[in-house]
Amino acid sequence: MSSDVRFTDFKSDKQPTWCPGCGDFGTMNGMMKALANTGNDPDNTFIVAGIGCSGKIGTYMRSYALHGVHGRALPVGTGVKLANPDLEVMVAGGDGDGYSIGAGHFVHAVRRNVDMTYVVMDNRIYGLTKGQASPTSRMDFETSTTPEGPQQPPVNPMALALASGATFIAQSFSTDAQRHAEIVQEAIEHDGFGFVNVFSPCVTFNDVDTYDYFRENLVDVAEEGHDRTDYDAAKEKILDASKEYQGVIWQSEKSIPYGEKHGLDTNTSEIDEGAPEGAMDLVREFY
Amino acid sequence: MPADFNWAIGGEAGDGIDSTGKIFAQALSRAGRHVFTSKDFASRIRGGYTAYKVRTAVDPVQSVVDRLDVLIALTPRTIEENLDELHDGSVIIYDGDRTTMENVEIPEGMIGLDVPLKRLAEEAGGAIMRNVVALGAACEVSDFPIENLDSALEKRFGSKGQSLVDNNKEAARAGRDYVAEEYGHEFDYELETTDNDYVLLNGDEAIGMGAIAAGCKFYAGYPITPATNVMEYLTGRIENFGGHVVQAEDELSAINIALGAARAGARSMTATSGPGIDLMAETFGLVATSETPLVIVDVMRSGPSTGMPTKQEQGDLNMMLYGGHGEIPRFVLGPTTISECFWKTVEAFNLAEKYQTPVYIAADLAMAVTEQTFPPEAFDMDDVEIDRGKVVDEESIGEWQNEKGQFKAHALTDDGVSPRAFPGTDGGVHMSTGLEHDELGRRTEDTEMRVEQVDKRNRKVETAREREDFSPREFGDGDSENLVISWGSNEGAMTEAIEFLEAEGVDVKFLSVPYLFPRPDLTEAVEAAENVVVVECNATGQFADVVEHDTLTRVDRVNKYDGVRFKADELAGEIKAALQEADQ
Repeated sequence: MSSDVRFTDFKSDKQPTWCPGCGDFGTMNGMMKALANTGNDPDNTFIVAGIGCSGKIGTYMRSYALHGVHGRALPVGTGVKLANPDLEVMVAGGDGDGYSIGAGHFVHAVRRNVDMTYVVMDNRIYGLTKGQASPTSRMDFETSTTPEGPQQPPVNPMALALASGATFIAQSFSTDAQRHAEIVQEAIEHDGFGFVNVFSPCVTFNDVDTYDYFRENLVDVAEEGHDRTDYDAAKEKILDASKEYQGVIWQSEKSIPYGEKHGLDTNTSEIDEGAPEGAMDLVREFY
Repeated sequence: MPADFNWAIGGEAGDGIDSTGKIFAQALSRAGRHVFTSKDFASRIRGGYTAYKVRTAVDPVQSVVDRLDVLIALTPRTIEENLDELHDGSVIIYDGDRTTMENVEIPEGMIGLDVPLKRLAEEAGGAIMRNVVALGAACEVSDFPIENLDSALEKRFGSKGQSLVDNNKEAARAGRDYVAEEYGHEFDYELETTDNDYVLLNGDEAIGMGAIAAGCKFYAGYPITPATNVMEYLTGRIENFGGHVVQAEDELSAINIALGAARAGARSMTATSGPGIDLMAETFGLVATSETPLVIVDVMRSGPSTGMPTKQEQGDLNMMLYGGHGEIPRFVLGPTTISECFWKTVEAFNLAEKYQTPVYIAADLAMAVTEQTFPPEAFDMDDVEIDRGKVVDEESIGEWQNEKGQFKAHALTDDGVSPRAFPGTDGGVHMSTGLEHDELGRRTEDTEMRVEQVDKRNRKVETAREREDFSPREFGDGDSENLVISWGSNEGAMTEAIEFLEAEGVDVKFLSVPYLFPRPDLTEAVEAAENVVVVECNATGQFADVVEHDTLTRVDRVNKYDGVRFKADELAGEIKAALQEADQ
């Protein structure tokens, strides 16, 4: 790692095709700043992206990256990190990728507590397919496929994470550049699975969860004297549907990452030129 | 006295059938005899008929036959299930004190030995040892020195303390002595021992061992019959070689975790069975288009859907050859024996990395759960070769960068293979994606680049055809006009069937095909033959279709899809019938 890495080093020369004003610009900028601020450089960083508008982020950032299939970004990140713990692994996706098709993986990635960062660009809509309800859309949010609204309660991502045994839960707002970058940085620095749900408004298809809406309703827990290590206080915030919270809501002081529990501290890309030493013992075991 | 001896223990699932059978198989192996085991089992943990069968001889055995010489029957159903295999003079050992066995009828011509297994076990220290009492009785019947059981009992129970081992030895002797005293030595069998050392293992274990030998450092999987043993084998062993096993939440996750590890540069693998392959098909195309080396094992079982989870079938060939939307270059290797499970796994890792492509290992239940003896040299680790393909490092990476210093991870090359930079390599930063992409890995819909990338990926298969040896394994009479072709675990039964056929004056040439894609060109062999029969464990003849497609010649088919593997004698009969029909 070099110390003179600037956040723009994480920017590729590919121009984003996100709609002008899309929250994902700010989300990405914050991720790049957080990576640079934590001493990472593109050569040791691995970004995994899912499918959706958010999934394009691997193209617009510069690092080692895999843009996978819909909903499976977290398992890919898990494999990358466990196989080479020297890499800084960041998984990015949207609310559809993470809380709908990939919801099962979200629960288990949280439980596994691999030392990586998961940034969800939550715009409460399917943008790439031009405006259908997402798992975080409101009950009465009318879309082309839900003319009456989904009529199902939205997933509460932080509650899902907490119930799954999360060790780090945070929320940020893409346009609040400074705070967003700080929060992602804390997620990176967390020993374990750092989960950040980012309000990343869709200016084209979501006229409800807008920049204005979040500006009016956002409460920063840091300004409320919230104790992030107080589980009950965190639970209260997470279950409070009357407000939208920003900041680190919960951080366990007892987090032991998966890799540490299992003694995974080696880059496994190097192997012997023949069978490993002692392999013949495996044969003898069958006598 | 026949050269081979066929023995079984059967009862209800949960009766300890498997572990008892394994002890006997190990005792035979340690006594320098060759062993081939098979299992009849239901997927329920408790209840339902299950049996463990052992075929043994001084010479190698690689199949089961339709004959049972000694049967330990813990339930009446065990006898019913095996009536066809029992013959005049077969010995049935049972415990007449057991309520269900009280009035059991021993079929005419067979010898029933009523041995109070439970009582003798209790006297030796506990009723739980009744199966070991039965093993002792079987030793007496087959004139097999009981000392050979001792080391197998030590291996099985040694970790639980010497007194348990001693009790079991005593229980075995009680069974032996009871038979000797009550029935005298009047049996036809004598199991000769030799000084040879053999190892005894099944196909799942051979695959797991092959993975470690090949430098596999990462396994992600989801438990599924009959592939779970691969994962269980690796767990607790791969760690000693710097590797790790992750139990994923499902197969969708398993293949993606394995893919992630491969992207990080690890030799990585997952194993599953048909239902899991269905789920993994989602990611299979990504593995190929992102040009990620990944080994995927399909231990086939009877399908479709949940099918018969504990029964044999080779029904997933089409899925492995063609599965996944779009057109996906791939390799499909099909080990034909248990030792080949080891070597094909080693080869799979090399092919995966040399061609940066997913490699299926098409194994099947019959080989996965069968234990067979081999001389340890059959797994000589010195013969394991590792080829990682076009890996570039910080010094060589410059050759593969464009004028802006960007790494061309999907460079268009003559052989179709691009350079591979492990993450962490300075100057190798790149993205790979399931989207069509340019040489840098960036999305493109440019018509020319699309065609060039598709051609490049497919070219890897053509390169492999030129560089690799995908020959079939040949057996029997090379000049015969009767050609039998098969794949997978049928090889063992077929090689023995050749002997049965020879005895009846029928000669055959047999090609066992371990490379299913890319595969050998069989045109010449097929055209040279008068009659061609393709043997496989499925209903529609998936490999026969492939042979017809490749050779433009109609073939005859012998198919078995009742859930049970081919037996050598039965297969010989089917081949003979197929050849006769063809001649008419």
